[in-house]
Amino acid sequence: MSRRAPLSENKKAERKLGWLLCAPAALVMVLVTAYPIIYSVWLSLQRFDLRFPDQREFIGLENYVTVLSNEFWWTAFGVTMLITVVTVAVELVLGMGLALVMHRTLVGRGIVRTAALIPYGIVTVVAAFSWRYAWTPGTGYLANLFDGSAPLTERASSLAIIMLAEIWKTTPFMALLLMAGLALVPEDLLKAASTDGATAWQRFTKVMLPVMKPAILVALLFRTLDAFRVFDNIFVLTNGGNETSSVSMLAYNNLIRGLNLGIGSTMSVLIFITVAIIAFVFVKLFGTAAPGSDDGERR
Amino acid sequence: MADIVLDKVSKSFPDGTVAVQDVDLEIADGEFVILVGPSGCGKSTTLNMIAGLEDISSGELRIGGQRVNDKAPRDRDIAMVFQSYALYPNMTVRENMAFPLRLAKLDKATIDQKVDEAAKVLELTSLLDRKPANLSGGQRQRVAMGRAIVRQPKAFLMDEPLSNLDAKLRVQMRTVVSRLQKKLGTTTVYVTHDQTEAMTLGDRVVIMRGGAIQQVGPPQELYDHPRNLFVAGFIGSPSMNFLHAAVEDGKLRTALGDVPIGDRIRRELEGADAPRELILGIRPEHFEDAELIDDEARARGMEFTAPADIVESMGSDKYVYFTVEGQRASAAELEELAADAGADFSGGGGNLVTRLSAESPVQEGEDRRVWFNLEKIHLFDPSNGRNLTLHEGRSAGTLGD
Repeated sequence: MSRRAPLSENKKAERKLGWLLCAPAALVMVLVTAYPIIYSVWLSLQRFDLRFPDQREFIGLENYVTVLSNEFWWTAFGVTMLITVVTVAVELVLGMGLALVMHRTLVGRGIVRTAALIPYGIVTVVAAFSWRYAWTPGTGYLANLFDGSAPLTERASSLAIIMLAEIWKTTPFMALLLMAGLALVPEDLLKAASTDGATAWQRFTKVMLPVMKPAILVALLFRTLDAFRVFDNIFVLTNGGNETSSVSMLAYNNLIRGLNLGIGSTMSVLIFITVAIIAFVFVKLFGTAAPGSDDGERR
Repeated sequence: MADIVLDKVSKSFPDGTVAVQDVDLEIADGEFVILVGPSGCGKSTTLNMIAGLEDISSGELRIGGQRVNDKAPRDRDIAMVFQSYALYPNMTVRENMAFPLRLAKLDKATIDQKVDEAAKVLELTSLLDRKPANLSGGQRQRVAMGRAIVRQPKAFLMDEPLSNLDAKLRVQMRTVVSRLQKKLGTTTVYVTHDQTEAMTLGDRVVIMRGGAIQQVGPPQELYDHPRNLFVAGFIGSPSMNFLHAAVEDGKLRTALGDVPIGDRIRRELEGADAPRELILGIRPEHFEDAELIDDEARARGMEFTAPADIVESMGSDKYVYFTVEGQRASAAELEELAADAGADFSGGGGNLVTRLSAESPVQEGEDRRVWFNLEKIHLFDPSNGRNLTLHEGRSAGTLGD
């Protein structure tokens, strides 16, 4: 027994050092994330409208009942879900194609990669404005292509344009993440598959995709969380008109425009919870390895 | 099963580098051929061209009499084993081995039967449900072999399949590979950089350097009758000793004394453009402690005295390192071999490696009288590396006439 004592002493010191090294980062995290989260949870439990500051009082979960029984919330939630599912799905397919092109290109690799990444480098709001102008009847080149119609004044076409702008913007990001996954597939594995008799498609589906699965899940997780918080494009393109608001738009309208801190915070907390659930589903159910942890060996 | 013929096969890359140049090679049905050479000699590129993983720039490749230059790997009916094993990490051992059969659309019962059979041969039966990540290096190697043999392909192509194993396992697996190949009788092309593997495994060995074939032949023939300096230095461990030799008065002046030469060599050296400087090559085992030599043998060789630096007793014999005076032998081939060995080439003069009988009483530090066999020495032209002692493919030492 006496032999174990120095060992555990050693371990203790190591653990202490670990905590010390983490402390600064943890402190910053607490200040910039934990505090706002806790504060908004606190606000969400109060009736707190800056237009009527005298009526501020603690009302428990009443704000949650109000929001969750409101049809505007559910419409916005549906719109957000639709945008999330459609854009992430399309981005996955296009991103994979783009990643394959970037991975395989031998000549002008740098130029191809730079060109592909340009949309991601443009500020979302700037890009959104250029989409808006392009679809403006009379002056926009895209609107003119369609006989000067005004697609941003109708719900379905507005949503389609919002999704198009989102996809155009973030496919390069998806491609970048997937390209990192492609680099994980050993060249020998693909050679082995071709001598084993696999066609190009079989090599892709039976060898590349399974090996890339951890990278694909990480890419999907990142993009899903991102897409669920969609704001800029909608703000610029439709400003939420024709029932195209996302949940983030709705929270913004209540919080900043409506000055209703209680309801706005409630929506923010609900968005936070939804995002947490999405992350939980990905990590626990699909076995996505959290970035930074060991490879996706556990199944 | 089939023969493989390479007819003036070359490979050049878009940037102009030539990886393989005019390789002519006929591999008979069922033959085990080894491609060996230092890194960058084109052996792997040649194998990849046979597999169809690299395009052939010019020349023709025939498998089973059929031109396959433009055929995809999947249509060539060959199986390949990789140095990295290239097992599919998401599949179990059984699924890995069944993969080529499933792609060939065989029915499930046949697949199971073939996989079980191959697993039995390679003693993998108990591991069939494991994932590659849970296997040792040796087990992974066997799975890779298993995946190759289940299909009964026309040929096996092996790219340094044993190089990732530790030394002991490598020796063990060498016999497994050899036995398996004999049992199946499948044409096999095996790439390695390890000359021991090349010597022990193959029916024939192809030595490559700079994209070109240096010599092709059974291991013993390459060892006894190397066509050039490169082959002589590459084959054998410890490698052949190389000494500088100057041609003077019909003799060779070397650090070991004046070596007499026979009529045939003399005639070769009489030409106006004949080299005046040669490289003398002697293998370590062609030295012997002069005390242990009988009179008959003494007449076939000559003796010298040199200080013994280091004595390594191997049990069955002794490696003794001598220091000899004299110029270093120098040639492009020797420098290349040295670079490949990653160290100064021990045969470059100065140091002499000898393999003496275990009975030799040689002590470190003492001057020792050593005999060497004149019938076994080689003479090389340093300008082109050609073995001058070779006559009609045979080498008979310097005295041959």
